[in-house]
Amino acid sequence: MNKPIVRIYVLVVLLLATPVYFTSKWAVFDAEELEGKSANRRPLIEEQQIPRGSITTIDGALIAESLPEGGGRNPVYVRGYPEGSLFGNPVGYSFVDVGRTGIESAENDLLVGEDNEFASIIDQLRDEQPAGADITLTIDSEAQRIATQGLQSAISVPGTGAALVAIEPATGAVRTMASIPGFDPNAVQSDNTFKQLQSDESAPLLNRPTQSTYPPGSTMKVVTAAAALDSGEFEPSTVLNADSPKQISGIELQNSGGQSFGDIDMTTALTNSVNTYWAQVGEQLGPETMVTYMKRFGFYSDPELDYPGDQMAPSGVYNSDGDLVEEGFDVGRVAIGQGGAEGQLLATATQMAEVAAAVGNGGTLMEPTFLQQAKDPDGRTIEELGDGDEQDQVISEESATQLTEMMTNVTREGTASGLSVGGVEFAGKTGTAEIDLEGTNQPWFIAFAPSQDPQIAVAATIERCQGCFGGEVAGPIATDVVESLLSG
Amino acid sequence: MSARNRELLALVPVAVLLIAGFTAVFITRSDEIGDLSLIYGGYFFALCLVAHLFLRFRLPHADPYLFPLCALLAAIGLVVIYRIKDDLAFDQASVFVLGLVLFCLTIVLLSDYNVLERYRYLIATAGILLLLGPFITRNQVNGAYLSVDIGPISFQPAELAKICIVIFLASYLAEKREMLSVAARRIAGLTIPPLKHFGPLLVVWGAAMLMLVFIRDLGSSLMFFGAFLALLYVATGRLSYVLIGLAMFAIGSLVLGNNISHVHDRFEIWLDPFAGNAPEGAGQIQQSLFAQADGGLFGQGLGESLLKLPGPFAPDCQQPFPECGSILPTPHTDFIYAVITMELGLFGACAVILIYALIAARGFKTAVMAPDGFSKLLAAGLTAIFALQAFVIIGGVTKVIPLTGVTLPFVSFGGSSIVANMILLALLLLVSDRARRPPPEPSQPGPTDLERAPA
Repeated sequence: MNKPIVRIYVLVVLLLATPVYFTSKWAVFDAEELEGKSANRRPLIEEQQIPRGSITTIDGALIAESLPEGGGRNPVYVRGYPEGSLFGNPVGYSFVDVGRTGIESAENDLLVGEDNEFASIIDQLRDEQPAGADITLTIDSEAQRIATQGLQSAISVPGTGAALVAIEPATGAVRTMASIPGFDPNAVQSDNTFKQLQSDESAPLLNRPTQSTYPPGSTMKVVTAAAALDSGEFEPSTVLNADSPKQISGIELQNSGGQSFGDIDMTTALTNSVNTYWAQVGEQLGPETMVTYMKRFGFYSDPELDYPGDQMAPSGVYNSDGDLVEEGFDVGRVAIGQGGAEGQLLATATQMAEVAAAVGNGGTLMEPTFLQQAKDPDGRTIEELGDGDEQDQVISEESATQLTEMMTNVTREGTASGLSVGGVEFAGKTGTAEIDLEGTNQPWFIAFAPSQDPQIAVAATIERCQGCFGGEVAGPIATDVVESLLSG
Repeated sequence: MSARNRELLALVPVAVLLIAGFTAVFITRSDEIGDLSLIYGGYFFALCLVAHLFLRFRLPHADPYLFPLCALLAAIGLVVIYRIKDDLAFDQASVFVLGLVLFCLTIVLLSDYNVLERYRYLIATAGILLLLGPFITRNQVNGAYLSVDIGPISFQPAELAKICIVIFLASYLAEKREMLSVAARRIAGLTIPPLKHFGPLLVVWGAAMLMLVFIRDLGSSLMFFGAFLALLYVATGRLSYVLIGLAMFAIGSLVLGNNISHVHDRFEIWLDPFAGNAPEGAGQIQQSLFAQADGGLFGQGLGESLLKLPGPFAPDCQQPFPECGSILPTPHTDFIYAVITMELGLFGACAVILIYALIAARGFKTAVMAPDGFSKLLAAGLTAIFALQAFVIIGGVTKVIPLTGVTLPFVSFGGSSIVANMILLALLLLVSDRARRPPPEPSQPGPTDLERAPA
């Protein structure tokens, strides 16, 4: 009888060994996969037990803070947003039930303190509760307020929106990013209001400056001019006949108001935003050169912004299927910021602000960023905006200087002559894209100021604005914001 | 060193481990080391000493490691339960006192455990009634009939029933083993015993299937049927019986599994707990795996991991924690192994499994050394069912087999489990004492032990 007993013992040992194998599978080998399962709320709950870092603007306004809830030995921390809807976009929200968006998502690693492996090991050894880093944004709350109020008052059609972006050309620091309509991130917590916000037709959760693409209209002429000058094919003094109408891609193109300008140079053509002139420039450069320069400005890919990829859209020429195309489009009309059946030029406000910033920064495009500074709970600075990161040398400094002069002329005596920025000379370009024949337009204004030593670049646009022109509607809001930022 | 001295020595590290465990929980709770953990450790050691002294007098030759190993499991259980909720640990400790009383009573009353053979049919009937108790009282929990409520006390009769069944099988097979193994016919290479003797075994198979139908619990029937097959194999030495039995069990459980929705659901969940259409209850095993994933190699440390849902996540609870408000369901009973993995890591969990393997080794060794058939079968059967129970619940929690609600012996919270396993341990020690007792020297009134020692 003993032999079977020994055999059964061997079997029992084998049997007990199987859970050893399975436990090592769950605890070690498959642990990462299990932690990533959507049904696994442990990481979310554990993350909530860590106080998330605060978010403040560069001028000290508190945007987001973590408030203990539940009390007792293990409170969880819930996000509170004291400024409400002012920073709903672009800051976004962070709640367990609905997830994270915007800067809350993009800077999550910093905010929960996961960025610094070494520090967290030290914390563990010292048995300190981990805590996230406090971050300061490059955004200025006063300018944000002015932008938001300005855009809000420019809305004429219910359910439409508007966007404004202001960037520091030398560093890429985003100083203002306003999206209308806004939302109060505190309201997202509640399931009901969140569903309402999601189904709202005016899409308040959309961060329009990075997500919504619009025909940029005549502001695109700055890109066309940059390509024309930098490619060496044109000079500010290059003369073309700018009568109206002109055949562009076999279809008549009109100047604004059907005005014929005769033989004019490039500076005059930009000053008065002469469509026929710029369409010819576009045709002479051809789609290849245009696309090359557009790409250098950042078109055809998401902005290099520290922002969630699913909340950014690339600018460029889109065909009717919604795909980006690099050839086969009506390059003459793309050059004036419109397009045709084969491809429509669409751009985000962020992209157009980058265009202005690149020209203002001597032709060098800096990577845009929101992050001014991140400090760990002990007050050590772990990240800081320095001189910024260069994204691309878009055009030569010489071309940039020429273009700056041309754009300054726009504000001196051209389509933007009615605008001012606290008495300093500044460079700008208006845009008014026609959306339909009933006078619904997409007004734009891009600018940088001062012309000589650009500190701020800006782009502003309003959706489906009835009878609006860029210089009259978008322009004043943009210049107000720039003025505020320059004085601040 | 004598067996009992070895036992005493082995109990010291157990008590130290308990003190260390309680201290660890204290530190994470309050950032201070009180002397309370020493007091708990002292009580525990004192209890163990009482049992040890009792064994020293009553069963001086019994296996020296069985009791310390079980005490080690109990210490681990107490620490983990204390970590889950301190009140529960005190309840558990009181149950251990009760268990110890029954342990001693068993040893006193059954010092000649062969009397059990005389009452085997009575014991078998009691066992079956115990098993059917929850079904008779219609007490269904999570779809299975596993417990009886007597007043405020919830009693899991399967725990006691397992001992009754093993006693019956051991005694029955001890008597019939000759006939079962000798008077066999060979048909197509398989050895088939005469139906007359085989009949009762078919009855046992039928009982296991009925259990599946009635108490609807695959794990319990696997445990009982597994112990039965182990005993059958020990008794007859015929592997073919085991294989036939396993095949019959597999077929039976497959057929029934497909027809009893509760068992079927458990099966579905086991196959893919993360399937989109997984039946209700899949969350349990999901949470078990998530908890283990949090453990890693060394665990998060006692008291350091997420168990109690913090404020806003906690549901509205009618029952106190941990019945409600725990991210891992029933962390103190069914899923205590997952808590161990989460807090003590893969190494801690493997240590627990190793302890069961060691207990099995000592148990089977007792069976090998036992002088007669009944003793051998009894020791082997008790050990097998003990180890199988550990396998069924650990395997269920780690998704080796479909999950069923049995306790982790000596570790899980639960009165019936502790009491029953203390009785089981007492029986094993009884067998062991007889097995290891040196043969009496019949002739010449010899010298005393002391005088003989130098020789």
